[in-house]
Amino acid sequence: MTDGPIIETRDLKKIYRVGDVDVAALRGVNLSVKRGEFVSIIGPSGSGKSTLFHILGGLTPPTSGSIHIDGQDLLAMSEAGRTALRKRTVGFVFQKYNLLPTLSAADNIAIARDIAGVRGEPDEAFQQILRLLGIDKRLHHKPRALSGGEQQRVAIARAVVNHPAILLADEPTGNLDTGNSDAVLKLLRDLNERLGQTILMITHNPEAAEYGHRIIRMRDGRVVDGSSAP
Amino acid sequence: MLSAVAVGVQVTMVLTLVGVSRGMLADMANRSRGVGAEIVVRAPGSSLIGFSGNFSDKFVELLRTQPHVTAVAGTLVQPIGGINSITGIDLKTFNAVSGGFRFLEGGPFRQPNDLIVDDVYARGNSTHAGDIITLPNGKWRVVGVVESGKLSRMFADLTVLQDLSANNGKITTAFLKLDDPANTASVIAELKKKLPDNPIYSTEELVSLMSIDSIPMLKNFIWVVITLAVLIGFLVVFLSMYTAVLERTREIGILKALGATPAYVLGILLRETTLLAVIGSILGIIMTYGTKFLINTFVPSMAQVIVPDWWPRASAIAIGAALLGALYPGLKAARQDAIEALAYD
Ligand SMILES: Nc1ncnc2c1ncn2[C@@H]1O[C@H](COP(=O)(O)OP(=O)(O)O)[C@@H](O)[C@H]1O
Ligand SMILES: [Mg+2]
Repeated sequence: MTDGPIIETRDLKKIYRVGDVDVAALRGVNLSVKRGEFVSIIGPSGSGKSTLFHILGGLTPPTSGSIHIDGQDLLAMSEAGRTALRKRTVGFVFQKYNLLPTLSAADNIAIARDIAGVRGEPDEAFQQILRLLGIDKRLHHKPRALSGGEQQRVAIARAVVNHPAILLADEPTGNLDTGNSDAVLKLLRDLNERLGQTILMITHNPEAAEYGHRIIRMRDGRVVDGSSAP
Repeated sequence: MLSAVAVGVQVTMVLTLVGVSRGMLADMANRSRGVGAEIVVRAPGSSLIGFSGNFSDKFVELLRTQPHVTAVAGTLVQPIGGINSITGIDLKTFNAVSGGFRFLEGGPFRQPNDLIVDDVYARGNSTHAGDIITLPNGKWRVVGVVESGKLSRMFADLTVLQDLSANNGKITTAFLKLDDPANTASVIAELKKKLPDNPIYSTEELVSLMSIDSIPMLKNFIWVVITLAVLIGFLVVFLSMYTAVLERTREIGILKALGATPAYVLGILLRETTLLAVIGSILGIIMTYGTKFLINTFVPSMAQVIVPDWWPRASAIAIGAALLGALYPGLKAARQDAIEALAYD
């Protein structure tokens, strides 16, 4: 483990080719995040927030620039390397929960461990997380029997079960009412404060953004404010 | 679920075909034994199953004078379409070899167009003694219904059938009864010297030849059906997996976002396919009991047996075809882009 930033990007660009047209989703992002930080990202629709997450999480390769996560160079990474990154280094939480509908909550969490090749019972740290999330009694239910707030908490549990270096949450409260939003946001803050989980969270809601230590503003594929820790 | 049924149908198809083939061969073997003869002399150039070729009934007299031979029955087989045929017999000599029919209804021939049928034929065609039935070779009066198990399902008088089929003085097969079955080998050896052109078998030898493997046409037919079954299974699973993969784009995207490798995704789909094919196979095996019931009820002349030794083979065929069908959709799913799959709608 290095003492340097866990995320470090320089002039990061991503250009999608749609038919014959090039769409520049990221036009040179400079970003630095320290281990243990909780960072909120805000910005108008289409400003490249999700694209940034997809690159940070290894779902798609960047086009140019430099990007290092936990010491790994993502620009040089193969598809297999990005798969390994998703498996061990990052955890995703999405707006639409994205639980597997045919599996129980417990199995949704278990399959993430199975994919990562982890056998045996979840460790004590994870049991503590389950208690923190307050879903330990609801784990045998299928997603459709759970409320939105419960589903999102299961999704968070799934994202952190393998103890990823960073948790990427893309509008995690976008589909939730105020009560559930607050619960989920408090959980994220607890994960960050008690376990030192590094978290990046995209949100549209300025109040939600206040939960982070720092707010990054994006516009037109660039970070316009808050690009490095104060 | 529907594709499990389709896989089941495919397994049933193969098992029923094999079951019917084997059942009919066993029935044929049984009826061959039922003649009671130790030795069978066929016409020169005749094949095991077909009844082509014939030879003069003068040989019957020659055969009868051989040492150890106590009775000889010459028969003429006239096919009348499908799997049916009428066997011409001389009732006196046939009884001498076979020990005589057991009549369930009516009695022996009295007039030239009299026909004796066995109980299986009678049941299958709701025929009784006294009925007039029309066959491709003319009108017949059913004079008796006998217990099945002796050579044929329909019998007419030998000379009548010889006249009718313009085979005067000809027979297709001669059945020889010996004083002691122990003499079978030596008598056959003698006969082969005297009748070098005629295939001569012991009944046991003939019966042992009545297996699927020794009848090339049947074997080929079974292969054709198996190939068809594989194709059907492949197509059904291919189509259902293809749509399943499209429907589950999002789920596959989730797995990939969690770090699943293409092999992991493919593994899940192939495991599901195997489960489906196994369920289908079990269903198919159960359904053969249904086809057996239907065939034995509505087509009693075709005997279907259950063939447990083919269960693993038919299942393996079904599972193989299903996995083959799942491979392309599975690979497509495994290579699918996670972002597109998760794209908010
Ligand atoms: N897979 C893709 N293919 C083509 N264009 C894309 C793709 N993903 C995003 N974009 C484009 O990139 C830009 C940034 O999108 P996105 O990162 O989703 O923004 P945000 O999350 O801030 O709303 C948009 O113009 C969007 O249309
Ligand atoms: Mg977005």
